[in-house]
Amino acid sequence: MDKVKVSVFRRDPSLEEDGRFVDYEVPVEEGMVVLDAMKYIERHIDPTLSIRWNCMAGKCGSCSAEINYRPSLMCKTRIDSLKGKGIRVAPMGAYPLIKDLVTDVSENWELLKKIPKFSPKEGLERPWKISQVDIERSKEFKKCIECFLCQDVCHVVKEHRSGYFGPRHVVKAASLDMHPLDALDRSKFMNENAGMGYCNITKCCTEVCPEEIRITDNAIIPEKERAVNLSYDPLAMFISSRRGKGGRK
Amino acid sequence: MTKEYIPHQTDVLIIGAGGAGMRAAIAAFDSGSSVTVLSKSLLGKAHTVMAEGGIAAALKNVDSGDSWESHFSDTMEEGVYISNYRMAEILAKEAPDRVRELEEYGALFDRTPEGTIMQRAFGAHSYRRLCHVGDRTGLEIIRTLEDQLLHRDITFFDEFYVTKLLKEGERVVGVVGLKLNTGEFHTFTAKAVIIATGGCGRIYKVTSNSWESTGDGLGLAYDVGAELMDMEMIQFHPTGMVFPPGVKGLLVTEGVRGEGGILLNAMGERFMQRYSPKKMELDARDVVARANYAEIMAGRGTPHGGVYLDITHKGADFIKRKLPSMYKQYMDFAGVDITKEKMEVAPTVHYQMGGIRVDPETTATNVPGLFAAGEVASGLHGANRLGGNSLADILVFGKRSGEGASSYAKKVDFGRIDESEIMNEMARVKSFIGNGGRNPYDLATELEETMSTYAGILRDENGLRNALTKIMDLRESAKEARVQGGLKYNKGLLQCLELPFMTTAAEAIVRGAIERKESRGAHARTDYPKKDPSMRKNIIFKMEKDGMRLYWKDVPEMPEELRKLVKKEEY
Repeated sequence: MDKVKVSVFRRDPSLEEDGRFVDYEVPVEEGMVVLDAMKYIERHIDPTLSIRWNCMAGKCGSCSAEINYRPSLMCKTRIDSLKGKGIRVAPMGAYPLIKDLVTDVSENWELLKKIPKFSPKEGLERPWKISQVDIERSKEFKKCIECFLCQDVCHVVKEHRSGYFGPRHVVKAASLDMHPLDALDRSKFMNENAGMGYCNITKCCTEVCPEEIRITDNAIIPEKERAVNLSYDPLAMFISSRRGKGGRK
Repeated sequence: MTKEYIPHQTDVLIIGAGGAGMRAAIAAFDSGSSVTVLSKSLLGKAHTVMAEGGIAAALKNVDSGDSWESHFSDTMEEGVYISNYRMAEILAKEAPDRVRELEEYGALFDRTPEGTIMQRAFGAHSYRRLCHVGDRTGLEIIRTLEDQLLHRDITFFDEFYVTKLLKEGERVVGVVGLKLNTGEFHTFTAKAVIIATGGCGRIYKVTSNSWESTGDGLGLAYDVGAELMDMEMIQFHPTGMVFPPGVKGLLVTEGVRGEGGILLNAMGERFMQRYSPKKMELDARDVVARANYAEIMAGRGTPHGGVYLDITHKGADFIKRKLPSMYKQYMDFAGVDITKEKMEVAPTVHYQMGGIRVDPETTATNVPGLFAAGEVASGLHGANRLGGNSLADILVFGKRSGEGASSYAKKVDFGRIDESEIMNEMARVKSFIGNGGRNPYDLATELEETMSTYAGILRDENGLRNALTKIMDLRESAKEARVQGGLKYNKGLLQCLELPFMTTAAEAIVRGAIERKESRGAHARTDYPKKDPSMRKNIIFKMEKDGMRLYWKDVPEMPEELRKLVKKEEY
């Protein structure tokens, strides 16, 4: 059986100052993904390797890592797609390390708590009537599996302590703002309190999204535009205040 | 001296943060209780995210002839007359409200041309009844409930594994467990505890279930004297992926057949014409699963050992719009374009109909202070579950569970946890760390192979007896499991802790399957191929001094006004 060499980052921060990459030889099966290789190591070579995975099917967003420097889901990266390049697996660099490939992503729950929740318009007649075309925009953002790869690739989140919540959180705000029956506008909050202004739309987040959400074009830019219009356009502010979700969407 | 464990206190404690656990948390909090949620995975990753097809609820948006009565009778008939009628009645009556409520929490369902919630056809439902969000309905439920949960003052600990329920006298008064991502022990004193830990599909080799479904809640509850029921009833979903090996068993939604997909064998024959000429691909899951299995066993299978599922005739636009996740799933994992090529599918372990026995009104178990909701509870689905009824279940009985536990919590004081019990439990957990001993992964693999070989889609006495011997051996071996490393993020240690729960689930399934000498619903015996009227009963599983004991119990009789809604059972 063919074997492949995989370099995996190892470190327990409570015991070690520095981490290191350790090479493992793993037998290759047809259709195998990087997560399969990690599970092989865990079961047959070194059971102390810490990895986080759950559904193995790209639906839960647990197994995020940096594979050959690219933020990726381990369960969706096929070994044969990396042929001839060597395989280097590291934890997400944007988050504090728990151990080996597992990082502490809990700050995201604190950020999500700050974004105002879905708030339906008042006095809606039940049952709610919404047309299919009106749900499509929000629906794109609701595909988000909270893998936080977009956060990991974002240099503003990673390198600058700017207070920018990050792409996932703009997607969350956009999913609520573009809900046809939501009464709030979160763009001002995202700009003033969530550091959205620091995003310089390099589109790195869009490139790594495993759900192919067009984060920059469809979430960040419209949210930025609305924030600007709301701040400087008195007419927009007036319409917005009168109509809730006015024609500026 | 560092503290050996970190103590907490809460009115209602919920173990599990899938749909049932989160819905219960919201209900308990809204009823005025303080609430803490513990989940084995990260928040928002629970197995519910993998649910695809939809939520069954008689909203009548598409088919005006639908009614709660019809949903009720479909559920009872699909459960082959051993479901708890009251649970089925509650589900059918309350599911529409839970769906509308979810919409008001922010969920965005697909729409009809009139703008109401769209509903699709599904196996063995008399009407188009499944409210859906494309084929990612579960993800929408989880994100919506997560948004609600995060904006309430609900405490949660994720990556937390409960290892033991603690009692004072007969009553459950708290839990002890390990915070996986820190390696710390925590205890929780609670007035009421809800188990919402999902199923046990991971005790089989080929399953659609994600990592956490190892029957933890079943084991936790059983160990403190809770009764289990209908454990022999394991649902095989007809269509799981067969290739590549890493995703073997991964679900292919029934929505594919609901939207017009057909099943073909290797000769190109639409074989469901032979097995179920009327309902064809949309017959009940057990019927279609056994048909797929029979075709494969008869040598009419595909190169990777499945049958073909074909939806190419519906056209690329339709498929990408209605089944976007399936399109991506096959493209990403198998390199197959389902708009142009047929899928290869085979049966996969999907759902446990049985579980902890609960009161239909409050979801209370027979142990005071202990409640259960969702897949881990039993009664609603009987011998077979209708597609879409599990998502309805988690919302309807999740809410009832939160309210039931909250109202119980208001009537009692905090109990007292016995310190020595905590110490013993921590010592037990730590004892798995060391050199030598058995490899816990090997033991788990042995269990999975045993279950798939002997307690699968077709069963017989000899095989089941073999399985039972092996399981009882594995139960002993599991005590000798050892892993290296520490307490922090040690998946091998977690596997050691899961093994006793997995073997409890396996033992109950196999003992129940031996006891039920007939074929009913998902339980098919080659040596007893017929249904037996004397076994239209439930099997109860209870821990007694000398081990697991089984009792037959009569199915609660329906009142006349419900009985007349349900077709008479035929033998």
